[in-house]
Amino acid sequence: MEIIDILLAASFWEAAIRIATPLIFGVLGALICERAGVLNLGIEGIFTAGAMAGWMAVWLGAGLWGGVLVAALAGGFFGLIHAILTVPLGLSQHVSGIGVTLLATSLSYFTYRTALPDVSSPPRIEPFRPLDIPFLSDLPFIGQALFSQTAMTMLALVLVFVTGWVLYRTPLGLAIRAVGDNPSSVEAQGLSVYGLRIGAVVVGSSLMALGGAFLTMSAFDAFFFGMINGRGWVCIALTVFASWRPGKALIGALLFGAFDAFQVRLQTEVGAFLPSQVFLMMPYILSIIALIVVARKADYPKALLVPWFKGQR
Amino acid sequence: MIRFEPRSNPGPFLVYGVPILAATIAILLAAIPLALAGAPIIQAYGLMISGAFGSVFSTSEMLTRATPLILTGLAAAIAFRAKLWNIGAEGQLYMGAMAAVAVGSGVIDGPSWVMIPVVIIAGMAAGALMLIGPTLLKTRLGVDEVVTTLLLNFIVLLFVQMMLEGALKDPMSMGWPQSEPIIDSAAFPALLDRMRVHIGLLIALVSAVALAIFVKRTVWGFEIRAVGENAAAARFSGISVTKTMILVAALSGGLAGLAGVSEVAGTRGYLATDLSPGYGYAGIVVAMLARLSPIGVIASALFVASVFVGADSMSRAIGVSSYLADLIVAMALLCVLIGGFLTRFRVHFDRKSAQG
Repeated sequence: MEIIDILLAASFWEAAIRIATPLIFGVLGALICERAGVLNLGIEGIFTAGAMAGWMAVWLGAGLWGGVLVAALAGGFFGLIHAILTVPLGLSQHVSGIGVTLLATSLSYFTYRTALPDVSSPPRIEPFRPLDIPFLSDLPFIGQALFSQTAMTMLALVLVFVTGWVLYRTPLGLAIRAVGDNPSSVEAQGLSVYGLRIGAVVVGSSLMALGGAFLTMSAFDAFFFGMINGRGWVCIALTVFASWRPGKALIGALLFGAFDAFQVRLQTEVGAFLPSQVFLMMPYILSIIALIVVARKADYPKALLVPWFKGQR
Repeated sequence: MIRFEPRSNPGPFLVYGVPILAATIAILLAAIPLALAGAPIIQAYGLMISGAFGSVFSTSEMLTRATPLILTGLAAAIAFRAKLWNIGAEGQLYMGAMAAVAVGSGVIDGPSWVMIPVVIIAGMAAGALMLIGPTLLKTRLGVDEVVTTLLLNFIVLLFVQMMLEGALKDPMSMGWPQSEPIIDSAAFPALLDRMRVHIGLLIALVSAVALAIFVKRTVWGFEIRAVGENAAAARFSGISVTKTMILVAALSGGLAGLAGVSEVAGTRGYLATDLSPGYGYAGIVVAMLARLSPIGVIASALFVASVFVGADSMSRAIGVSSYLADLIVAMALLCVLIGGFLTRFRVHFDRKSAQG
């Protein structure tokens, strides 16, 4: 019955939503890129860059939202590199993405080390505080689970709806989806395939960077080496799981967050019987299982990974 | 208006010149972060060169570092040739190292000519199995191997940590999570007195030459190239794509596993979770700089190893972060990608916009 107790506790769902937040940003970012036909394996490095840049901006004196903006710009910068290499130049999206991850990670680490040459414990900032919304935050259960999150979590949830609305309810979204399925048809409409793809990758990468910024500016208050720890790759798996839909992305991220929060609590119950690493492996194993489950019916954007050149039929 | 026109036949200058140019540009670009860090630039470059080539000792260190990079570079090169996107060399390396420790730290003993092949075979088999799994998931169920191999890196590292705190823990290690040492008969002998460079380097060089011959001169090698160039056409001409992919997975995973064996049995002597500073990922850069040529991998691994060893030594001397090395390597990868584009296409600048 302990399991039921865990699942019914508001603190459990509070943790689940908190764990899901960076993944929501990451999956939204990845699905925008992939909907436009570009796989962005730069995600792991862009998370790192967003985490470092946002944190450092605040540490240097910017406001918290200033930090968020800096993180988004850093993500957009690395997204632009990936976009230029893969869209007009049509280079391998796999290799370019790995290259961007290596570049963004090493540049972030180098910058951090250069700014803070010999600190033993990482300096802290004053991070986003849990919201205290009159009435809503006082509601039983949901007040604690949902309305006492930080503003960045609220931003992530709003962005799910914004992304869904743009993709499915606006001409721009129609064009983005078309450019990932059949770029030649978009060109026939007189729209710029390059422009749409580059724009989508830059915007998607900015969102990914916000996922990183959430970690250093909301979940924690400092930057650590290796703190992204595969979250970016998990997002790539969740994007397939979510079949490139913002709503499903939210559900996937929440399921993932719930599972992760659950295993942490389970660990305190049965931790004595199993090594801690078994629990730490769970998120990665879960991601692989999620991929296997949906693999058969995964409906990849048809032009994903396929370079398109101007004037091509 | 800029137009790109495919080149039919890139000359030798482009084929060999572009990677060298890319590496040079990456090194030169490093002046920007050096300047921003306030380091004396000329002195820093001097220290990097002397750190990698300044003495017999530093060159031996550089070659020691190049050994696993040649092997992971080959692992990436053969996989990418077949368009099997194995980004999991890091995990395969650790599995190989763990298998080598499992059989090579005293469970069985024998003369060196038995024990060294035993640890090598154990490690290569473990590495190969680590990649055959995701490859079967790809060929049978259509699961993207990029994500599975990437995620397996994290799983393997946690598994290694678990084993080092459990079954493989050295009771004499005073609580440090590390394995028992590789026994003398299974250890790779050093090549030079009082230097760390070991026969792993020779094994890596032989692997590169063997792989080059395999890819160029055998039917299997031809099939691998055919599948990589056009899987549908290869299937149509009667090549079993699944079988070829599994062969590639065994070779690629096996080579990455061998890198792990070489590190535990040659360089480190025991297994710990900091065995590899990202050799698996750096192998991708090595392979791309080599344009996926096995012989080229030797040259590019030497380049990447000199950057790492040189930057480490420079970093100790003037206090610039050694992440500079990772930065140079990442920039080299992006430069060679762009360079590869210029090899395949001629760039035209037109006055008037070409209507497509």
